[in-house]
Amino acid sequence: MTRAVNRKKRAERWEKALTHQPNLQARRLVLLLCLGLAFSAVLASAFYRQVLETDFLKHEGDLRSVREREIPARRGMLMDRHGEPLAISTAVATLSIDPRSLLQQPQAVAPLAAALELDPAEFEQRLQRHRDKAFMYLRRRVEPRLTEAAQAVIRRYEVQGFSIENEYRRFYPGGEVFAHVLGFTNINDQGQEGLELAYNDQLRAIPGKRRVIQDGLGRVVAEVEQIRPPRHGQDLYLSLDRRLQFLTYRELKRAVAKHQAVSGTAILLDVQSGEILAAASQPSYNPNAQRSEQIAQRRNRVFTDVFEPGSTVKPLVVAKALESGVINPNTAVNTEPGSLQIGRNRVRDVHNYGLLNTTSVITKSSNVGIVKIARKMDHAHLWQLYHHLGFGSLEHQWDPNEPAFPGASSGYLPAVDDWSEFEHATLAFGYGLNVTTLQLANAYSVLARDGILRPVSLLSHRQIRNQFGDPNHRQTNASNRWALRVFSTPTAREVRKMMETVVSPQGTARRAAVTGYRVAGKTGTAKKAGPGGYMQGRYQAVFAGMAPASAPRFVMVVMIDEPGGKQYYGGLVAAPVFAKVMERALRLYNVPPDDPSASLLLTAESELRMGASR
Amino acid sequence: MTLFSDTLSEDSERGLLERLHIDWPLLLGILVLCACGLAILFSATEQSTGQVERQIFRLGLALGVMILIAQIHPEHLRRWSPLLFLLGVTMLVAVAMTGEIGKGAQRWLNLGVLRFQPSELLKLAVPMMLAWFFSGGTLPPSLPRILVGVIITAVPVLLIAQQPDLGTALMVTSAALVVLFMAGLSWRLIAVLGGLAAGGAPVLWYLMHDYQRQRVLTFLDPQSDPLGAGYHIIQSQIAIGSGGIYGKGWFHGTQSHLEFLPERSTDFIFAVLGEEFGLVGILVVLAVYLFIIFRGLYIAVHAHNSFSRLLGGAITMVFFVYLFVNTGMVVGLLPVVGVPLPLISYGGTSLVTIMAGFGILMSIQTSKYSQSR
Repeated sequence: MTRAVNRKKRAERWEKALTHQPNLQARRLVLLLCLGLAFSAVLASAFYRQVLETDFLKHEGDLRSVREREIPARRGMLMDRHGEPLAISTAVATLSIDPRSLLQQPQAVAPLAAALELDPAEFEQRLQRHRDKAFMYLRRRVEPRLTEAAQAVIRRYEVQGFSIENEYRRFYPGGEVFAHVLGFTNINDQGQEGLELAYNDQLRAIPGKRRVIQDGLGRVVAEVEQIRPPRHGQDLYLSLDRRLQFLTYRELKRAVAKHQAVSGTAILLDVQSGEILAAASQPSYNPNAQRSEQIAQRRNRVFTDVFEPGSTVKPLVVAKALESGVINPNTAVNTEPGSLQIGRNRVRDVHNYGLLNTTSVITKSSNVGIVKIARKMDHAHLWQLYHHLGFGSLEHQWDPNEPAFPGASSGYLPAVDDWSEFEHATLAFGYGLNVTTLQLANAYSVLARDGILRPVSLLSHRQIRNQFGDPNHRQTNASNRWALRVFSTPTAREVRKMMETVVSPQGTARRAAVTGYRVAGKTGTAKKAGPGGYMQGRYQAVFAGMAPASAPRFVMVVMIDEPGGKQYYGGLVAAPVFAKVMERALRLYNVPPDDPSASLLLTAESELRMGASR
Repeated sequence: MTLFSDTLSEDSERGLLERLHIDWPLLLGILVLCACGLAILFSATEQSTGQVERQIFRLGLALGVMILIAQIHPEHLRRWSPLLFLLGVTMLVAVAMTGEIGKGAQRWLNLGVLRFQPSELLKLAVPMMLAWFFSGGTLPPSLPRILVGVIITAVPVLLIAQQPDLGTALMVTSAALVVLFMAGLSWRLIAVLGGLAAGGAPVLWYLMHDYQRQRVLTFLDPQSDPLGAGYHIIQSQIAIGSGGIYGKGWFHGTQSHLEFLPERSTDFIFAVLGEEFGLVGILVVLAVYLFIIFRGLYIAVHAHNSFSRLLGGAITMVFFVYLFVNTGMVVGLLPVVGVPLPLISYGGTSLVTIMAGFGILMSIQTSKYSQSR
């Protein structure tokens, strides 16, 4: 009942509402109100963003567009003493892409792989792995040629998100010839071995920083400011002579191959300055290629590998004995019967040389003879000799102001307290101690330099004088670096004269002779020590010498490890390398010949030159 | 409203503008806005004279359409309304069956020489049809007539919504609502319809496409996906906000010039305005819009018959909804809906519709004098 009434009432109310004449004025007002509200909302929102929140949003905008970018810097160049480049940084580009953008243009993938000389299947795989990422390296450090090819593909297919970052790549024009000395850098341009590592601080390039405006696609639109200028690395002049290094390396490589040796080293020193003109090791590797070689190939054996110097120490022992006054050049030494009993051990010669004098002990390389001479001296004298020459330590090798060569060995010299009589004897003919090729060469440079020891260096002295900002270095030059007198001048000259006999037709190293020049030197053929003592048939053939003997300009040591052929004597295996390199070195440096017994032509020529120089 | 009191009617001599059936305040507002728009567009297109020239050509074309329509007497417009409406719906059906697909939606009808978007026609045809229908009976309309009105609206709106083109569907719906409201729809019924709309929201959510739902979600929390769906909103708000009060200067917007701001010459051109001309620029441009809208409402209020009144009001309010939906989206008040900024965004389709609407307004305004004479 009431329900029906209610329904009727409701229907009436509806009827009334629907037919009620609308108040148009009010409706317009409502519309205007809506309009006003909407406008106010938009304006309030704009006001909020542009006035109240503007600093935050400006910052947000800058975060998106203002970025810091690196300015690539060039790593310092390594040059030989004459400024020939040995390690240079060339401009390369690292190419990257937004994989998502590239995958939107699938038809561009194959051409891009081809342009970059990448394996298409491998590239596709890599792309798929990165398909959700915003960044992927296409190729790092490519030559300008590949960069241009890739750019062409990118333009043709209008791929977004491609970017080029300029960098530098290290290149070694000398390849395997200089590999051991120079070392190499890693992909981040940091020195890993050799001089690249030793002088990394100077060579290192510090990239600059700039603030740029970049767009939404990562392209640089404008540069705002340079925050830090790039610091290019410092160029270094090395002591090496490119021509002599090539020569030394070539002759050493030939000798190692010819004699089927395991390895070999050779070093050429400038006598006056102590600068290393050439230092070669075999086997070698190509520093420009991907690292695939054995670690053993990378070792700079000249500075890191040690061997027992054997007979090559005999002239040094004789010099010390002369200096101590225990002998003179004509002192008679009886080597009968070709062996000498010391305690339970016996020292032997190859032949029974009978009665020798000091000079002929060296000429014939008599072990018995040198032991008899050494036994005239205290143990301490012999230790002192070796110690002063720098055996067993790095101190007397490298200038303390220069970084030591990475991995350089100090060699081994036993402490004098422990020496037995027999040890004293073997030390006199070069067993029981270890030296590097460099140490032996430096010891010989003392004889060549009339008795004075100087540090060796791998930087040219011009470099050291001119380019180091360190005040301690500014005054440094060859004449006032440290120097240590080990022998008197007459002693050194006397021993050189004795060593000339080694290269004479009567000596053990006739093949070390250089036409037109007097050569002084000494061979060594040391048995190699193995786990169970000295090994049969395994030798290290050494020749150490200098020229011209009258006023030596160069010292050179050549060591061939384990010659596999029939020849294994230092005079046969190592001496020819010495002769070939020395001959060219003397000519290249215009060293006047000092051998009057050479051919008439050469004699005449040398007289002319000497006359001119006088 | 006295600001726009008609001085022309008091002139005994008819000027050139009057003879051309042009309402000069409206024309002035339109021209000022178009000039502002071209300036902004020049910057937003990286000073591409080609694009600006094309836009000027379109503006000229649209102004031509406006003047042409202004010559047609409202009475003729009224008579043609049902025909126009039927034509529009027919074309919508044709599009649904054969239309071309652009940017993922099927909206275009290829007529050989030109591609045509029938949904644009409906923005005018639906309010015209409704105005014709309601003005033909008593006002306020009876309940059955209202139901017919709802059907008249629902058919094209649903056809447009399934293209899918939510923006245009929204425009057409709002046009219809304005007509219904101005026709005197009872407050009670409005309340009921409002309730239905609120109740229908979840249903709508269910019917929406994934990308549409994503837009709503992104609107609610743009930071949830700053590189994906939220990218437009965040970049646009940074652009506007970093403009500050006075802006970064013409051509100096970093967001807009460094490819951070997407769609910067079309849907998001308002952000370029905000970034380069700041709050001041926004105020000036909104003032011009407001002037145009008020002039439109004035014309509608002073119209002679209910058809003209309903139609004029609807056209003006659609223009306003355009403006509000676009600016609301750019400033972050509303979700992203693909609605251009009227008369400023690059592009021609909606421009012609809007100008045609202004043509109708001018026809309504200027026909008064010819009648009174």
